[in-house]
Amino acid sequence: MQTIDLQDTGLRSLNQMLHDQAETTNQTVWEIDNPKGAHAIACGLDAPIEVVVKGSTGYYCAGMNKEATVRIKGSAGPGVAENMMSGSVIIDGDASQYAGATGHGGLLVIKGNASSRCGISMKGIDIVVHGNIGHMSAFMAQSGNLVVCGDAGEALGDSLYEARLFVRGSVKSLGADCVEKEMRPEHLEILRDLLERGECNAKAEEFRRYGSARKLYNFNIDNAY
Amino acid sequence: MKDDTNGIPRTVPIQSATFSNPVNAEIRRAAATGIYDIRGGGAKRKLPHFDDLLFLGASISRYPLEGYREKCETSVTLGTRFAKNPIQLDIPITIAGMSFGALSGPAKEALGRGATLAGTSTTTGDGGMTDEERGHSDKLVYQYLPSRYGMNPDDLRRADAIEIVVGQGAKPGGGGMLLGQKISDRVAEMRNLPKGIDQRSACRHPDWTGPDDLEIKILELREITGWRVPIYIKVGGARPYFDTTLAVKAGADVVVLDGMQGGTAATQDVFIEHVGQPIIACIREAVRALQDLGMHREVQLVVSGGIRTGADVAKAMAMGADAVAIGTAALIALGDNDPKWEAEYNALGTTAGAYDDWHEGNDPAGITTQDPDLMARLDPVEGGRRLNNYLKVMTLEAQTIARACGKNHLHNLEPEDLCAVTLEAAAMAKIPLAGTNWYPGCEKE
Repeated sequence: MQTIDLQDTGLRSLNQMLHDQAETTNQTVWEIDNPKGAHAIACGLDAPIEVVVKGSTGYYCAGMNKEATVRIKGSAGPGVAENMMSGSVIIDGDASQYAGATGHGGLLVIKGNASSRCGISMKGIDIVVHGNIGHMSAFMAQSGNLVVCGDAGEALGDSLYEARLFVRGSVKSLGADCVEKEMRPEHLEILRDLLERGECNAKAEEFRRYGSARKLYNFNIDNAY
Repeated sequence: MKDDTNGIPRTVPIQSATFSNPVNAEIRRAAATGIYDIRGGGAKRKLPHFDDLLFLGASISRYPLEGYREKCETSVTLGTRFAKNPIQLDIPITIAGMSFGALSGPAKEALGRGATLAGTSTTTGDGGMTDEERGHSDKLVYQYLPSRYGMNPDDLRRADAIEIVVGQGAKPGGGGMLLGQKISDRVAEMRNLPKGIDQRSACRHPDWTGPDDLEIKILELREITGWRVPIYIKVGGARPYFDTTLAVKAGADVVVLDGMQGGTAATQDVFIEHVGQPIIACIREAVRALQDLGMHREVQLVVSGGIRTGADVAKAMAMGADAVAIGTAALIALGDNDPKWEAEYNALGTTAGAYDDWHEGNDPAGITTQDPDLMARLDPVEGGRRLNNYLKVMTLEAQTIARACGKNHLHNLEPEDLCAVTLEAAAMAKIPLAGTNWYPGCEKE
């Protein structure tokens, strides 16, 4: 295992070392000590390595991640795993705004709560939140799955496209064009898999599914506000 | 005119300047459809523009350069502030961001070919980077937009620069819409949305909200790309002094400033015509911001919005820009709105030169469309040749003017070389009114 003290090494050197890892690297496990809320830690990774961040992170930790597994042993600042392509990011604590924003793939697990705009404009990423999520989450979400084991804030799924939203607790309000949908067997199957991969013990049958009413898909003046 | 019944002269019918025929027609159209007008392009209203400025030329106190023999450099380097690999261009005229989706694949290829022949850069748009665009563009600027359609780290790393789009001149504060007619299988796949549905582009970024966040976003992009490529920030002509100041403070290498004459693929006509400022009102304010920060020429300024000729290029640079960008003019060079398609424009209810329903995907010139039959009308090789010719002519024109002003590099043009022929232009451009050493707001007489 490679152990890097971020305060000694500096962000640029750390990220360059991680970027330099090839597909076949044998340096597959990295531990980053003393993150102290620094921004852009382990962003742009592109190799099947595991990075453990021992503490809380600032903005955009694991941004645009590909293939790597990033574990944050603390809480994450805004935009964690933004635009993730593949791999996984697991946060032991809470996540600030825009967690998983525009993510194209991979799995984001937040074991605490997520703030507002979780999964905004998501494009294929799977997000599992053990706690609650804030307002305007999954705004303009295009595809992928958002699983919320707690409650959802206001305007969930506003202007939603094809993403699937699963919420176990209450939903303060649904956004424009977001509706509750029937939970069919294929959805339960997807949800069970996500809960298992998301290290969550909740039962799929306890969730409700939300999706797009598809009334905003083509411009209609009667839908304007 | 006489009253037919008794021969008495009568008042001549007068069209209202306020309720003109076009205004009345639009009221009737709105009343009939309940939908506001959506179109492409930039502001069509008459605005103070580069035409309202003139060069003074040489005189006893200014020594001209020989028009054809003496060197007048045109090169420009963009991104010298932080990037390891700034972009070196042979000419200071770049191709502005236009999306694959709004434009056809052959049109994007033609832009890349023409720009490469001319020694300049082209720019992606909303919708991501295509292989034909990357393959045919020697220098390609990758736009980072609120929608993040097609955004991925591999394309970020194969770009020569990144342009964070905060706004554009046609619609500062507005997002975009690519109507379902233009969402082909390929466009849909690139944008990760179903085929045939309208694709909205958000008006603001999903993961940052202000200049402090923007600074961190730039840090992230630099870390992902190893600090190699320049990062531009593009803003619409809204508050150029403050936007330029904030962009520089956030860490931009280059500020791209787009006036309201700059085009868009599609938005509401009311937005295009009523939001934003003309480009000549923006340039000097942006330059003032750079000067106040001690960053003029260290952070480069690229301006766009109605650039058509080498004279426009020279005037923009005389006001302090390092380079310009063209969009609409480049499309016209490729063949957009060409009168040879007049019969088809007529069939669409318009005429060559006025066609602006780019969002509907029926472009007879095969440029703003995804229809395979229409797309096939544009030969990307010939289109590239035409664009290169046009860029060459603009460059020669700008050099002609610079030499006449005694300048051996386009960058040596300066405000002192200019005068304004209208009070409005003088006030907006902060250039003295012709025959005076004064402009409105200036303390001198």
